[in-house]
Amino acid sequence: MSSSALTFSSVTKKIVMSLMGLFLIIFLLVHLTVNLFLLFDPTRELFNVAAHFMATNPVLKIMEISLFAGFIIHILFGLILQIQNWLARPKRYKVEGYSHTSFFSKFMIHTGIVILIFLVLHLLDFYFKLKFGDVPNMIIHGHEYPDMGLVVIEKFSITSFIIIYIIALIILGFHLHHAFQSAFQSLGLNHTKYTPVIKALGTIYSIVVALGFIIIPLYIYFY
Amino acid sequence: MDFTLKIWKQANSKAKGKFETFKVKDISADCSFLEMLDILNEDLIDKVQLPINFDHDCREGICGMCSLYINGRPHGPDQGITVCQMHMRNFKNGSKIVIEPWRSKAFPVIKDLMVDRSAFDEIIQAGGYVSVTTGGVPDANSIPIRKELADLSMDAAACIGCGACVATCKNASAMLFVSAKVSQFALLPQGKVEAKRRVQAMVAKMDELGFGNCTNTYACEAECPKNISVSNIARMNREFLGAKLGAQKA
Amino acid sequence: MTRLDSKIPEGPLAQKWSNYKSKQNLVNPANKRKIDIIVVGTGLAGGAAAASLGELGFNVKNFCIQDSPRRAHSIAAQGGINATKNYPNDGDTVYRLFYDTIKGGDYRAREANVYRLAEVSSNIIDQCVAQGVPFAREYSGLLDNRSFGGALVSRTFYARGQTGQQLLLGAYGALSKEIKKGTVKMYTRSEMLDLVIIDGKARGIITRNVVTGELERHFAHAVVIATGGYGNVFFLSTLAMNSNGTAAWTAYKKGAFFANPSMVQIHPTCIPVHGDYQSKLTLMSESLRNDGRIWVPKNKEDAEKIRKGELKPNDIAEENRDYYLERRYPAFGNLVPRDVASRAAKERCDAGYGVGSGLAVYLDFKESIGRLGKDVIEARYGNLFQMYEKIVDDNPYETPMMIYPAIHYNMGGIWVDYELQTTIPNLFAAGEANFSDHGANRLGASALMQGLSDGYFVLPYTLQNCLSEEIRVPRMSNDLPEFVEAENNVRERLEGLLSIKGTKTVDHFHKRLGKIMWEHVGMGRNEEGLKKAIEQIKELRQEFHKDVRIPGDMTGVNTELEKAVRVSDFLELGELMARDALNRNESCGGHFREEYRTEEGEAMRNDDEYKYVAAWEFSGDDKEPVMHKEPLVFENIEVKQRDYK
Repeated sequence: MSSSALTFSSVTKKIVMSLMGLFLIIFLLVHLTVNLFLLFDPTRELFNVAAHFMATNPVLKIMEISLFAGFIIHILFGLILQIQNWLARPKRYKVEGYSHTSFFSKFMIHTGIVILIFLVLHLLDFYFKLKFGDVPNMIIHGHEYPDMGLVVIEKFSITSFIIIYIIALIILGFHLHHAFQSAFQSLGLNHTKYTPVIKALGTIYSIVVALGFIIIPLYIYFY
Repeated sequence: MDFTLKIWKQANSKAKGKFETFKVKDISADCSFLEMLDILNEDLIDKVQLPINFDHDCREGICGMCSLYINGRPHGPDQGITVCQMHMRNFKNGSKIVIEPWRSKAFPVIKDLMVDRSAFDEIIQAGGYVSVTTGGVPDANSIPIRKELADLSMDAAACIGCGACVATCKNASAMLFVSAKVSQFALLPQGKVEAKRRVQAMVAKMDELGFGNCTNTYACEAECPKNISVSNIARMNREFLGAKLGAQKA
Repeated sequence: MTRLDSKIPEGPLAQKWSNYKSKQNLVNPANKRKIDIIVVGTGLAGGAAAASLGELGFNVKNFCIQDSPRRAHSIAAQGGINATKNYPNDGDTVYRLFYDTIKGGDYRAREANVYRLAEVSSNIIDQCVAQGVPFAREYSGLLDNRSFGGALVSRTFYARGQTGQQLLLGAYGALSKEIKKGTVKMYTRSEMLDLVIIDGKARGIITRNVVTGELERHFAHAVVIATGGYGNVFFLSTLAMNSNGTAAWTAYKKGAFFANPSMVQIHPTCIPVHGDYQSKLTLMSESLRNDGRIWVPKNKEDAEKIRKGELKPNDIAEENRDYYLERRYPAFGNLVPRDVASRAAKERCDAGYGVGSGLAVYLDFKESIGRLGKDVIEARYGNLFQMYEKIVDDNPYETPMMIYPAIHYNMGGIWVDYELQTTIPNLFAAGEANFSDHGANRLGASALMQGLSDGYFVLPYTLQNCLSEEIRVPRMSNDLPEFVEAENNVRERLEGLLSIKGTKTVDHFHKRLGKIMWEHVGMGRNEEGLKKAIEQIKELRQEFHKDVRIPGDMTGVNTELEKAVRVSDFLELGELMARDALNRNESCGGHFREEYRTEEGEAMRNDDEYKYVAAWEFSGDDKEPVMHKEPLVFENIEVKQRDYK
């Protein structure tokens, strides 16, 4: 295979996009699970322990690097594909496509860019704060843990923050709705029996992830 | 029935085109869309004006020559047919109809509504065939082929190469066209022999010619006059992955 | 004195082709690449020939008028392709296919050519399967067959209702392979407008690039014309809009004889005409006659009420329906050959039993849907039913289809010998463009067979026999005076047409010609009508050359100019067709002279006087053409009245 991303064939790029996408889909589930600890444990102990484990376990350290790589490749390839796609139709139609197809599929680049901006803000707000900022500590079972839960709860009491957060997550849901089944199609996994199941799973997944992430700030804000 | 037509006019491939408005009157609902354009052209010639150029040939939906983008849809509003099979009863009396050529970097406009689709021929030349020569082949019944596979292969082979998939795709991707040919052969024992080489060569040619990338919007399937399924695209992705991961360079 | 030598090889019928092949001259591989061959047309005959000749190593130039070789009108053939595989074990043999074809052609085809066609038919199926053509299969995984008109065995291979498309795409694939290899150079959107003859041999063509409008000169050691039929002389036909007779007509005017021009096939199952604006007729595959039953009302009053819309076809009780094909021809029933079925429909409609506009009969699937179930019918004909519904806005699963005969195929064409060489040395004609195999009527599923047979299995041999004489002839320059002159003639002709600047469109004249042809040179012909047609065509031709209006100029795309050239040729060809029909004082196959029929209204041949091929020689503009006879000798088949009862 050739080395430059620009000379990968279109199908290779699609396959890479989908593999990275599936990886991110799994990551989001893990992330959601950890976040949900905040809902069920007012002491924030579970959440903080989990967050600490995620941040320090050596195996997960490797995963973390892979995750960053995954994000970067997914974003980079997405942008390259999109630029090539724009170039493939230099003159646009007067009446734009009316085709009955998945609505969200037409806006992957737009939803993707919104998610990218949100991701940067999200990292600044939480991730880099944990890595480089001043997070107060709390002691759980004799050990000192950074109290990330507190940081989260503080952020989630700011109204404007929550609104932006919720909008971004709804858009993430749209992105995921198309992404889930699309990843299988790109990998060549299309079947008369199973594809409808995959599509249904994708819808469930995108709703669960978006709603799951949205419930947490709402819960914290109102209770 | 009366219609107002807004049609793309472009003198040649280098000229800058523009939309012009025409009116047609007293069109029968049983008139086909291209016959409606014939009537308009006869009228224009009577007025000593240049007729509108558009590609068409068999007028029974099989040659794949006709290629009009009507009100935002290739081959117009009806499902599963080409524009030559579409009749004016599909439009409301008095409505405005916008007619554009296929728009894609790989399909440059030749004149008015005619485009150059030789890119499709080049993709086929890259490997869209079984490399047998005439004579010296085994008896037709020497290899039984499961009926289900032969039928699936026929579904894919029904492609008429009109380019509606490229025209409607927001990315101007040719994946449906290429995958239909790849699938037709990948499903048959005769085509399997050189399947790996074929899929790589055809995808490479498709990319080289400036078609966009597939983002699985499935607009191609929705607009294909022959209802070619996007499952062919998945099959091609699978074939491609298999070919790339295969131990030997094909 | 006739100049026709059909070059039929010696020996018994079954050995002629192998005798020919064993004795013919070949060209050695090193010399092949020094020899240029022009193939005009990319349909089944042209595409298959170009690909096969390229494979052999010749340097081939292939031309088509469409934007891609894949769009040739062979693509529209629906029903199937015949071959003597005898897979169903129902008694088929090479001789039987030969017999059916000669008999179906009403004993007006050359025995040796037809036998060769039957002989290679099986190879075609092998070839196409190897190319990846997805023919219909049974659950066993083996190939499926269906029956077709004019045969008592099931020998038709098919790919849904798109057999022509699949076979053409097979040939197109083979052609694409050769284009990639560089042995074939493809010229798309190019129209042949003249043939270049040097020292009595065909040595090239003049084409017009329809995108740039430029005229181009192309040299070759031999030229193959495979440009299909000229049915569009009738304006309305099942042919593609761009199908035309210009290449063949150009050859005729340069000295190639034109054989049996009046032999036109009228296909019985087309969607009836519905308005003046109509540009084309749509065929419904003949295979529908396997399961559909053709009828009209038994009582004239019922037919009248149906025409007025007071009765629906389903209101007509079973006993009041006249299944006229089953009544007249109990042995073959709805599967009689095309000419018989077409005439029978015309007879009923002329007698006042027609439905729809009066020029239509019913094709009814009620009985077979009841017997086999809707699913089976849908699997067999789903795409055809869908097409019918889209065009007519009527559901054929519930109400019977309406059909009427339409112009479909030309049995006549450029005269060729056994080698498919015309009367101009080094000029060959293949497929529908030649006259050779179908006599006065072609059987269903035989056109695809003939096109591919000529292209894959005949020309690659016979051309070599001719080209073996050419190995010492170097490539010639395009600047030879013959090329310059031919190009100038074409330019003058085009400029002449453009300079008329009259008042009526090309289509106006084409439609008027079509009406004359359909009325007098169509399904029923008579002496008076034919004479009238000749006069009317002459007048129309003069009017055309005074009053046609062609906008635009020679440069760039000018479709009206393209059409004008074709119609001006049709205006001459139509006259020749009428002359040929007038000459043939008998009824045979597609040629039905109303004066010559039996008491029961069936066609009456006159074997004593007309058992010959009429080959017409051009003798100058506005001069009467000269007719040459090629007598037909039947040594292997008993000539008898065709009987499908």
